[in-house]
Amino acid sequence: MNLLDLSQASPAARAASPAEVQLDSQGRLRHFLDIEGLSRSILTEILDTADHFRGIGDAEVKKVPLLRGRTVANLFFENSTRTRATFELAAKRLSADVLNLDIKTSSAAKGESLMDTLVNLEAMQADAFVVRHGDSGAAHFIASQITPHVAIINAGDGRHAHPTQAMLDMLTIRRHKGEFANLRVAIVGDILHSRVARSQILALNTLGAAEVRVVAPQTLLPVGIETLGCRVFTELEAGLKDVDVVIMLRLQKERMDGALLPSESEYYRRYGLTRESLAHAHPEAVVMHPGPINRGVEIESAVADGPRSLILDQVTNGIAVRMAVLSMAVSGQMKARAERRSERSRGAGA
Amino acid sequence: MKHSLINARVIDPASGLDGQHDLHLEGGRLVAIGAAPLGFVAEQQQDLTGKWITPAFVDLGAHLRDPGPRYKGSLVSESAAALAGGYATILPRPDTSPVLDSASHVRTLLDRARDVAGVRLAPLGALTQGLEGDLLANMAALKSAGCVALTNLRKPVRDLGVLRRCLEYAHTFDITVVFQAQEATLAGHGCAHEGAIASRLGLAGIPESAETIALTQWLLLIEQTGVRAHVSLLSSARAVALVRDAKARGLDITADVSMAQLHWTDEQLEGFNANFHLEPPLRSSEDRDALRAGVADGTIDAIVSDHLPHEAAAKCAPFAVSEPGMTSLETMLPLGLVLVTAGLISISRLIEALTFSARRFGLEGGRLKEGECCDLAIIDPQCYWTVDSNTLMSAGHNTPLLGMTLSGRVQQVLLGNVSYA
Repeated sequence: MNLLDLSQASPAARAASPAEVQLDSQGRLRHFLDIEGLSRSILTEILDTADHFRGIGDAEVKKVPLLRGRTVANLFFENSTRTRATFELAAKRLSADVLNLDIKTSSAAKGESLMDTLVNLEAMQADAFVVRHGDSGAAHFIASQITPHVAIINAGDGRHAHPTQAMLDMLTIRRHKGEFANLRVAIVGDILHSRVARSQILALNTLGAAEVRVVAPQTLLPVGIETLGCRVFTELEAGLKDVDVVIMLRLQKERMDGALLPSESEYYRRYGLTRESLAHAHPEAVVMHPGPINRGVEIESAVADGPRSLILDQVTNGIAVRMAVLSMAVSGQMKARAERRSERSRGAGA
Repeated sequence: MKHSLINARVIDPASGLDGQHDLHLEGGRLVAIGAAPLGFVAEQQQDLTGKWITPAFVDLGAHLRDPGPRYKGSLVSESAAALAGGYATILPRPDTSPVLDSASHVRTLLDRARDVAGVRLAPLGALTQGLEGDLLANMAALKSAGCVALTNLRKPVRDLGVLRRCLEYAHTFDITVVFQAQEATLAGHGCAHEGAIASRLGLAGIPESAETIALTQWLLLIEQTGVRAHVSLLSSARAVALVRDAKARGLDITADVSMAQLHWTDEQLEGFNANFHLEPPLRSSEDRDALRAGVADGTIDAIVSDHLPHEAAAKCAPFAVSEPGMTSLETMLPLGLVLVTAGLISISRLIEALTFSARRFGLEGGRLKEGECCDLAIIDPQCYWTVDSNTLMSAGHNTPLLGMTLSGRVQQVLLGNVSYA
């Protein structure tokens, strides 16, 4: 029983919920940080918008003028190749000016340098920050406490969330499987360290998937993960039985050093997706992977490159989904900016 | 000067008092409770109708940040915070810079405190050199210099042979050992209670076993060596049960919990509020309920502040890299009164828990007794006040209570013949 009602505390001392931070008072997207706090209708709007943008990639001129004159800054505090590249392409196809910054922080004064970097970029009048950061909650922190009037797009924060990856996966699933209501989806691998898995589980639940499963040895399963809305399996064959979608996660080599696993070869034998293990899934099951893949560690080459693999499709869909969230969040911020301006001028007139 | 405090409700569980009594003071000593002695003519009389008088509080483990980085706090600021919170004496932590592991550092601190701080200090010294857990600190010298107990805080003594020798040596010199139970290898780089909430937020967890395994090891070595010990900052239900068992077995052990642990759980981490980044972490509601029950039944003897002031930048960061801790000395009484109002503990139990360290560590004060030096707090239980960064005395404003209106405030503290209002 909580005896103190902290909702009376001053805003600076209080934490904002994911919904409060991401949506404005009319429920429009203004940041995209986390699947948590977003309704099925917003997720569907993102998917519909992304579907529309997919056509642009096939056009002669791969550009629309939606963000012309806007500046998008890619702030990557952690390395990334494809996420950053697809965000850059997405922003450029929306006609935005793009600034790429690789920021290696000293571990000492991380917090301060993060704040200073951001307020400086805000002063350069950037309209959106695409942020990847090694600490969980970094994007939420920036959006709620540092630069609330710049659209923050979370490109991955620690183990917490990678919502654009989850949405590009949802787009890929919807384009191949139609509606979510009848789908069983298994996510296999290092759930413990995976921001992708957390966002996928939340997105699949919000979109109404019939069943979400996670498959991993206990060392790679976060305590209480089932409370996110998934069934837990520690055996691959049982976990894959009759599923419509198999999502494999990348296994980082460092996991062996942390005594989480004995060896890559033992992992592959127990949890690697091979033609043989895939046979336990539904005959029309599709295979996905957020990349980059470790061939022969979590997935057999013949499966990764096989007819049921949607891995390259995911990359293409990534551009469309990132265009969708960038345009929606920046437009939400523009509307809020216009409202603030008109409120100020009304205030001045009175 | 002769001075009478009349018409207040006097609450002092150590002396068995709870009722309206007049107090008569002379030269900083309490000369009588009740009727004034024959021939006592007060030069000053304070009518405290509607107010409470309690012994001034005693806190174990507050971080006064001195010596150390001044932007986090100093003896001046944190002493003022302690007095505003109703405290007469603080047993400050030894993880200052430099670490309080030598008699000369302790003497320097106490000398400076006499000059600049109002609150009394009874420091905790380091159990091992530099708190590094490898070599014994000069324990007897630390005791002579004024340390009332020794501790390694949460810093590990990795070699259990070394830990055993520490406890044996402390026992030799009749020194109380204070410890916080956390097995570093299980805690890892965790920053939150290991559970569903940390999993969803992607925060590395600290399992309950990090506390219970360390606590079990300590309790067995305490039993073996016979040292007098106090475990600080319990955080889990199982730890409370382990302490209850140890007490039943007759070990000379006492325990405390922070006020924050009695109010909040890991649910507060939603939205990554760095003000709730604490060590040990806030755990589940079952843990909190067991901690509350432990205070009520006396398994947990004391409630402490775990006061840890920070500059704003320390909390202005993503949760895991924000610095743990909360500034809390000034809000201890109102938060304690919330527990009383909810019927979880009685007012006398609260006052007993806030003054316990005086008795455990052999300090003056912590009770109102005729003939003794008089440290007391005058409390206005009806005072509503708002926690405001402009009026907090502590240099740290890292509290989730900013902007909250609380009821109950310490109006004045008397330390001997010095008054702080």
